[in-house]
Amino acid sequence: MARKVGTRMLDGNQAAAEGVRLSRAQVIAAYPITPQSPVTEKLSEFVEGRELDAQYIAVESEHSALAVCTSASMVGARTFTATSSHGLAYMHEMLHWTAGARLPVVLACVNRAIGAPWSVLNDQQDSVSQRDTGWIQIYARNNQEIIDSIIQAYRIAESVYVPVMVCYDGYVLSHTEMPVNVPGQQDVDRFLPRYRPHTILDPANPKNYNLVTLANPRINAEGVLCHGYIELRFLLQEALQNSRKMIIGVGKEFGEIFDRSYANMVWQDRLDDADVVMVAMGSLAMEAIVAADMLREAGHKVGVLGLRVFRPFPKVDVARALKKSRLVVIFDKNISYGSEGATCSEIKSALYGSPVRAVIRNFIVGLGGRDVKAREMVDVVNKSLSSMKEGDLNKEYPEWICDI
Amino acid sequence: MKTTAVNMTEKEYLLPGNRTCPGCALSLAYRYILKALEGQVIATVPASCLTVLHGMYPVTSVTVPCVNTPFATTAASATGLVAGLKALGKEGLMVLAIAGDGGTHDIGIQALSAAAERQTDFLYICYDNEGYMNTGNQRSGSTPLGAISGTTPILGKQQNQKDIAAIMEAHGIPYVATASASYPLDLYEKVRKAKAIRGTRFIHVFTPCPPGWSFPFSDTIKIGKLAVETGWVVLYEVEGGVFRLTSASESIARKGNLKPLREYLMEQGRFKNITEEQINELQDRVNTRWKRCLDRAAN
Repeated sequence: MARKVGTRMLDGNQAAAEGVRLSRAQVIAAYPITPQSPVTEKLSEFVEGRELDAQYIAVESEHSALAVCTSASMVGARTFTATSSHGLAYMHEMLHWTAGARLPVVLACVNRAIGAPWSVLNDQQDSVSQRDTGWIQIYARNNQEIIDSIIQAYRIAESVYVPVMVCYDGYVLSHTEMPVNVPGQQDVDRFLPRYRPHTILDPANPKNYNLVTLANPRINAEGVLCHGYIELRFLLQEALQNSRKMIIGVGKEFGEIFDRSYANMVWQDRLDDADVVMVAMGSLAMEAIVAADMLREAGHKVGVLGLRVFRPFPKVDVARALKKSRLVVIFDKNISYGSEGATCSEIKSALYGSPVRAVIRNFIVGLGGRDVKAREMVDVVNKSLSSMKEGDLNKEYPEWICDI
Repeated sequence: MKTTAVNMTEKEYLLPGNRTCPGCALSLAYRYILKALEGQVIATVPASCLTVLHGMYPVTSVTVPCVNTPFATTAASATGLVAGLKALGKEGLMVLAIAGDGGTHDIGIQALSAAAERQTDFLYICYDNEGYMNTGNQRSGSTPLGAISGTTPILGKQQNQKDIAAIMEAHGIPYVATASASYPLDLYEKVRKAKAIRGTRFIHVFTPCPPGWSFPFSDTIKIGKLAVETGWVVLYEVEGGVFRLTSASESIARKGNLKPLREYLMEQGRFKNITEEQINELQDRVNTRWKRCLDRAAN
C-alpha cells in the first residue's frame, strides 16, 4: 500500500513514525511509555500491515529495547527505538554501550519530565540528562523537523558511526497536529543509501566485540599495537567533534532534494541586527519567535537563536550567532541541579575567550509541562533589560518562571 | 548415533590458554558446547566469568563471533542478533546466549523471561556456579542454603536457591535441559539436540567452582559427579513437554539409590558452617525433587 506523499496533518509521533518508515528501519524494538506510545503503535501497524519490512520486537523494558537495537545494529541492520522520560533513564546503561560500540542506532526521545513526583508532561530533563553518553542529540522545533530529522539522523549516524537521538517535546509536538510534508519513498531512498556496517559477525571471520579493554595499548596476535580504553574514548569524542561537518553537509543535501535546508547547527531568527537574543531549544524556540515579534513591536532589536543540535554542542556557531548581542536570555526546560540550565552553561562555555561581552540571563521554564507563554518570555526579557548594570554580566544561579 | 569421545567433533573452538582459574568447569563445558555447535554460531555474553575466559582486547581465546553485552541484557542482545539476522535474510547461523547464574537467575531474568515468552529463536545456556564468582564469590539467587559466600560470610545463606530450569519450563518453551560439566557427552548431546530445534531453548549447566566453593582444583569432575550421585543435580531434558532422565541420573533411577547429600556437602569448604537442620532441609528438598523426577519419568 503506497502512503500519501505530500502535505498531511500529522502529530509529532505520526511524523516520527513516517520518518522511520521512509528510512526503511529493519529492526524496531520499543516499550510503551507516555507520550511516546503512539509512535510504537504506528510502527507496529506499518509492520503488521506490511508497509514496512521490519522486525518489530515488543520488548519488556526500555533497557532491553536498546539492547535489541544495539545487537541488531551489530549484525548490520538499521534499527530504531523510541522512548521518553523514565524509559530513557532506564536505558542509560545501554546508551553508553551503543555509543561506545559506535553503532548507528536512531532513537526518538519524546521529551517528558521525570519523577519523582510523577509527571507525564513535557520538559527536556530526560534527554539533557543523557548528554554525556556519547550520542548526537538533535532537537526538533515542529513536526516537519521531526520527520526530516529522523531521516537525516540515519544518514548522519551511519556516516560517523555515532548513534543519534532525535528529541521532540511531548504533547506540545507529539500530540499536536500540524501540516507536514511527507517525502516520497524514492527521494528518501536516493538520499539515504543502505547501511554499510563496520562490524562483522561471521564464523568464517570470527571477531569478538567489546571485550575487556585495558588501560594501555596492547599488541594483538599479529604483533600490531591496538588501542587501550582511553584511545577508544578519544576516538568517540573525535567522532562527535567532527560530526558537525557531516550534520551540516547532510542537512544541506537534504535541502537540495526536499527543498528544506538543514545546513545549520542552530536556527537563527532576525539575528542580523539584534542586540538582544533569546535562546531556546525545541518547540520553545518557536514560541520565542512570537515573543520576539512582540518585543520588536515595542522597539527592541530582538532575535532568536534556536539550538538545533545539542551534542555535539555548536560552540563556534553559537559564538558567531551571538556576536552582536549585548543581552542573551537563555530559556532552559531543564536544570543541572545546584548549577543552572544545561544550555546556559554550554553557551557560557562557548563564549569564553570570544569577543562577545553580553550580559547573560538564564531562566528555568516549563518544567513538568508548565505552559510557557510568549508574554512571559517578553516580561523576563524586559526585566533583564531594565536591570542590566555595567559589568554585571553573569548571575551565579538561574532565575525561574514559576510561582515561587 | 550415541556420542562418544571417539566420534565427537575434533575441531576446537576454544583455544588453549584462556584466563579461567585452574579446574574451571565452565572452561570444560564451554569447550563441549562450542564443539556441539560446530562453531556455526554467534555468541552473546554478559559480564561473567565467561567474559574473563574470552580474554582481553585485542586477544581472545574463542574462535566464534561474539558480542559482549551489559549484564542484564543477554537475552535481549540475543533477540537483537536474531532479529538482525532475520532482517538481513542471513540464515543458518544460530544465536547462543550464554550467561552465569547471576546473569540468569538474577539480573537477566526479566529479559530472558520476555525473550522466551516471545518465542525468540535462540539457545540460552546458563552455566551455574552458584554465585557471583567473577566478582569474587558473592551470594546469588542460585547459591544454596547454608553456603558461605562473600555476602553470607559467617552464617551462610539463609535461603534456598531458585529452580531456574523449572522457571524456564513454565514458559512452555520447546526444549529445557539440565547438564553438568562432569558429564560432557550428555551435555554435548543436549546441545546438539537443542541446535536442531527452533524457538527458545534453555540448558542449565552445572559448573563447580573450585575457588568459590573451596575444594581442590583437581576435584572439579569429582564434585560434579557427586552432585549428580546425591541428587543435588538431576540430569534431564524436557522436549516438547516430555520429561526424560538422562545419563547418570537415568541409570541411578533404573538401578540404585542416591547417595546421602552430606557426602557432597562435606567435600566443600563453603558448607563448613552449615547446620544439621539445614542439611536435613536440603536433603528433604533433594528427596522431594528426585521423587517428582521419578514420577515424571515414569509417566
